[in-house]
Amino acid sequence: MAVLAARDSAGALRGQAARARLALMLLSGGLAVAFLLSVGIGAVAISPLQVLSILLERVGIAGLSTHESMQETVLLAIRLPRACLAVLVGAALAVAGASLQGLFRNPLADPGLIGVSTGAALGAAGVIVLGGSLSLGLSAAWLDLLLPLAAFAGGLGTTLLVYRIASREGRTEVATMLLAGIALNAIAAAAIGLLIFISDDQALRDLNFWLLGSLGGITWDRLLIAAPLMLAPAMALPLLARPLNGLLLGETEALHLGFDVERVKRIAILLTALAVGASVALTGVIGFVGLVVPHLIRLTLGPDHRLLLPASALLGAILLLLADLLARTVVLPAELPIGILTSCVGGPFFLWLLLRRRGLGLW
Amino acid sequence: MLNASDLHFTRQGNAILRGVDLTLEPAEVTALIGPNGAGKSTLLHLLSGALTPDGGRVTLDGRPLADWPRADLARRRAVLPQSLELTFPFRVLEVVLMGRSAYNGRSSLAHDLDVAAAALEEVDAAHLAERIYPTLSGGERQRVQLARVMAQIWPEAGDHRPGILLLDEPTNNLDLTHQHRLLAFARRLAEGGVAVLAVLHDPNLAALYADRLVLLAEGRVQSAGTVDSVLTAPQIERAFKLKVAIQRHPTRDCPHLIPL
Repeated sequence: MAVLAARDSAGALRGQAARARLALMLLSGGLAVAFLLSVGIGAVAISPLQVLSILLERVGIAGLSTHESMQETVLLAIRLPRACLAVLVGAALAVAGASLQGLFRNPLADPGLIGVSTGAALGAAGVIVLGGSLSLGLSAAWLDLLLPLAAFAGGLGTTLLVYRIASREGRTEVATMLLAGIALNAIAAAAIGLLIFISDDQALRDLNFWLLGSLGGITWDRLLIAAPLMLAPAMALPLLARPLNGLLLGETEALHLGFDVERVKRIAILLTALAVGASVALTGVIGFVGLVVPHLIRLTLGPDHRLLLPASALLGAILLLLADLLARTVVLPAELPIGILTSCVGGPFFLWLLLRRRGLGLW
Repeated sequence: MLNASDLHFTRQGNAILRGVDLTLEPAEVTALIGPNGAGKSTLLHLLSGALTPDGGRVTLDGRPLADWPRADLARRRAVLPQSLELTFPFRVLEVVLMGRSAYNGRSSLAHDLDVAAAALEEVDAAHLAERIYPTLSGGERQRVQLARVMAQIWPEAGDHRPGILLLDEPTNNLDLTHQHRLLAFARRLAEGGVAVLAVLHDPNLAALYADRLVLLAEGRVQSAGTVDSVLTAPQIERAFKLKVAIQRHPTRDCPHLIPL
């Protein structure tokens, strides 16, 4: 009887695998729809058919429908790189968040939590304030190059610092790591505050726009430099799904299960820093994507990283595409910083999570 | 089979273990007893390979633990932890399947599912398979974890090397009935060939279920051997600094300790 019950649930598990495939297919379809919507809606409207026809024309296939040259310019020079950026940043942030949550065995972890985002922001803020108008007087071209580099270096530097502080004799204390992240966050935030204090009007405007997060102003050149830095971690982290599942039982337990725990942690931390550093460099601080997306997936599809990580990448891309669409259309002709939008949704969501967890007696 | 010789371990200048020898044999339950801070859990983690000794060495089948590929080692020995925090909403069957991690690429999902279901059945928890793990009671969780570690060293066709099961204070948080059921179960596993080591706080539980006792005190093996040779008033008084009398168990032929 009991054996039958267990066999039944084995069947149920197979059903779950089928449901997982279906979910990934639905999410992929949703991503395609969100992408077409995002590149089509705006001051210059472009229908999905026109989008396809413009793209096909580029590869030498005659157009399916007619379009104006203005539409083509807008699509190719503005909308398309921006939508690609949204997909990359959304996927990278969501996968990074889900991986950090697994690494810390804490579903409330977020790239912002261990200081990666703030560290990257500090690097970029330093370039904007010090490199621009104040002392060094660098040209705009130099700033374009220096900004992403500094943000990336800041993110990676913070992560390595947290890791150095928290690990001893090749082991990482998760609690120490979280607390070190809080301290470094405070220090970086204070340093950014100092930069704001000494910056002039122009730098202040640039800084504010950037700190609030925006996908605007992206060019193919800048996108192509940063794309591999976001794409590689988003594709590689799902390969760590099994060890991340094991890590949820505890580091020693994962080791007893046969995983190379220290190596997995090192790779996961490096890939996460890469993903977050690169996306902060291009878009500024966009909060809560790494928290909200994995949570929605866990609620609907369960906590198994083998499904969680790819599904988070897809949903993160969809949500950021839609959030950006909203940010640039809701107050036309002006543009709302997307970071404000994600925080408006993410902040209350975080509070709801806290209350729900307390209600479930998890704390 | 699993053999530790002259193990030394120091943590922050404090010598935790100072020259411990221990051998685990197939089809035998060894109980590790001793006062708090004697180094029992440290010794268990040195035997599992989670910690590396500062001196001495641990070998399995004559080969140092460090030379074993991780997955090979995981298929031979499993460890039931003292406590385990899993707040993510996995189903019980998924938790048990994690025990099969080291079989990735060597075993089919269908076989892993059969093993997981059979392991749950063994610990009388088949009815929990579909439940969400964090919603289980302490006793239920312990049984699920036991199923997980059993699934890890489940006998495979064509591989007759006996497994090793290390239990770190397995009776913590368990009521009287479940304490005895768990150890009776460990006994059954040993009869099937598994080498079992259990860290236990209660010498009387150890006396009921173990073939051999190892009494650890101040980082050294104070006494090791049959239950009757270790569980004597002078030995216990020296290790635990507690006056005791030793009587016979009324129905089972083993000593029973009574604090005075």
